[in-house]
Amino acid sequence: MSLKRVELIDISKSYDKQSNVISNINVTIEPGEFFVLVGPSGCGKSTMLRMIAGLEDITGGTLKIGDTEVNDLPPSKRDLSMVFQNYALYPHLTVEENIQFGLHVKKIDKKERAKRTSEVAAMLGLTEYLKRKPRELSGGQRQRVALARAIVNEAPICLMDEPLSNLDAKLRAHMRSEIRQIQRRLGITMIYVTHDQIEAMTMGDRIMILHEGSIQQIGKPIDIYNNPANPFVATFIGSPPMNLASGVGDNLTSTIRLNDSILIPVPTVDAHFLTERVIVGIRPEHIKAATKETEEKDKFVVEVSNVEILGNETIFTFLLNEESWQVKWSGQWQIEIGDKIPLMMNYESFCFFNSETKEIMKTPSDVENHVFGKEVFV
Amino acid sequence: MMVVSKPKKISYWKRSSNARIALLYLLPSIILFSVFVFYPMFRTIYLSFFLTDQAGEAAIFVGLENYTYLLESDAFLNSIKATFLFVLYTVPTGIIIALILALLANEKLRGIGIFRTIYASTMGISVAASSVVWLFLFHPSVGMFNKLLNIFNLPQIEWLLDPTWALFSVSLSTIWLNTGFSFLIILGGLQNIDEHLYESARIDGASYWYRLKRITIPMLSPTLFFIITISLINAFQTFGQIDILTKGGPSQSTNLIVYSIYKEAFINYQFGTASAQAVFLFICILIVTILQFKLGEKKVHYQ
Repeated sequence: MSLKRVELIDISKSYDKQSNVISNINVTIEPGEFFVLVGPSGCGKSTMLRMIAGLEDITGGTLKIGDTEVNDLPPSKRDLSMVFQNYALYPHLTVEENIQFGLHVKKIDKKERAKRTSEVAAMLGLTEYLKRKPRELSGGQRQRVALARAIVNEAPICLMDEPLSNLDAKLRAHMRSEIRQIQRRLGITMIYVTHDQIEAMTMGDRIMILHEGSIQQIGKPIDIYNNPANPFVATFIGSPPMNLASGVGDNLTSTIRLNDSILIPVPTVDAHFLTERVIVGIRPEHIKAATKETEEKDKFVVEVSNVEILGNETIFTFLLNEESWQVKWSGQWQIEIGDKIPLMMNYESFCFFNSETKEIMKTPSDVENHVFGKEVFV
Repeated sequence: MMVVSKPKKISYWKRSSNARIALLYLLPSIILFSVFVFYPMFRTIYLSFFLTDQAGEAAIFVGLENYTYLLESDAFLNSIKATFLFVLYTVPTGIIIALILALLANEKLRGIGIFRTIYASTMGISVAASSVVWLFLFHPSVGMFNKLLNIFNLPQIEWLLDPTWALFSVSLSTIWLNTGFSFLIILGGLQNIDEHLYESARIDGASYWYRLKRITIPMLSPTLFFIITISLINAFQTFGQIDILTKGGPSQSTNLIVYSIYKEAFINYQFGTASAQAVFLFICILIVTILQFKLGEKKVHYQ
């Protein structure tokens, strides 16, 4: 099995020859990488996956697998496997026959077929279900059969189209790590489509965020979290999402005004952020409780409109300029709806986005929020 | 004093209230079925044990004599033979043609809707109207078929008048007539198959024929089973085409059982033997259907 990279060069897709549902896709997926395509429904991520698979025509651009252009190759010649959202198991065939379907087609001999099937079945814990029909299996087991069918072909590239969306939350969390482990063990290139940002964050080596058919950002999950390219990415990645508000820069006072009570002082080195309109964002966990030491001008008081306590963390909501903002603190906080809470925000925690181009101007630079290196462990 | 507190017994009237409501809902079909199905059915069985008078009333009880008479009658045995041949000609051919058309019409092509409409259109034509059309097509001198044979210098065929060709000709028109319905049912079955199964198979590199054999046919088996059952029963009960095209002739070669029943009852006024034939046909259809369920159902995959 030779590893191959997947290269998308200026890919676009149009159904009516007038408007593109996907445009300007340029990305190289490295061999052995777990690459996640994530975006809200209708953003074109499944279409893109199906174009890579060869199930949809590519309207424009070049798709390369390895060093060869595969635009016009049929799916079977692209040397890949695919897991579908509804698993696409053959209901009239047993688990074993389902797993062997592709091997059968490829005329792999009987011994080899049996060997590979039992290996894969053992890996996924399906050995005792081989003689059953898909309808006699639970959702999670069906999911494993679909997975088994994809990896038994030993194709170097595996595509997955929202494979976990039909499972319940607990099983989904379990399968997330299982799929990740299998991918690592087999060393295959995985291209994984999901609408769930948690799956994207936890599984991907790199993720690509798509919105309305165009790339918003590509990068490592943690880089995207810390350094979102635009307000869409900022709100899409992270739960609860980043709080956003539009602010007004004032050169005289060197502040950005969010509302009557919240003024963000901007240091002189960052004076170029003081434009007429600026989108200000801050992660929910970066909004702090004001303490006695906090200077009066940095404090602002909000009225709590909703509280959720999730065991070890507390999320509460307040209204700022009619937008609801959320704050996430670790620990169990005794906060009631209607409470007035003094808060503070550090300048270092803010993101600023250009209100015209939506591009990020300032990323948060708080040290405490950054990834610790291994040296902190004793 | 007898002050025994009786355990409160719910009256039968109250307990049966669900059953009465159910009966009320069932009443329309019970009435319709009784008048048009159950009564005629039992009446037929009853009459089959009698010789009848001119008015069709039971006159003399003869027991099973009507049946023994039938099984010894060459004419009836000929009818049975003709009926089975007719079923053999029409059912497999009709379903295979409908399957091929449905597979073609299930492809995603521009304007495929037009073809779907055309293929299904024979469903909207009555037996009588289509038979008249076929009567013209089969006409020995002005019919299109003989004109075509003429063009290729082939010998003329007396389609409906030659005993060796008549059953074939009637079968031909029947196949054409039934294709629309079978086509529509099979197309519906095809469209119920999950598209992802084919996509998955395409990624594995399965050829069209392999996909047809390993996915389409097994997934279509419940639909095929249904349409085969319906077509069999329909073929056994064919009447209209025969009445218009051949009237059972020439020399009894197309005298299918239902037509023979009709002649026996309404031309010869032998309601007793006609009833016996009807019962015989009923039993035939029953046996064939049971056999089909026994043999066929194992091969059918239900979701």
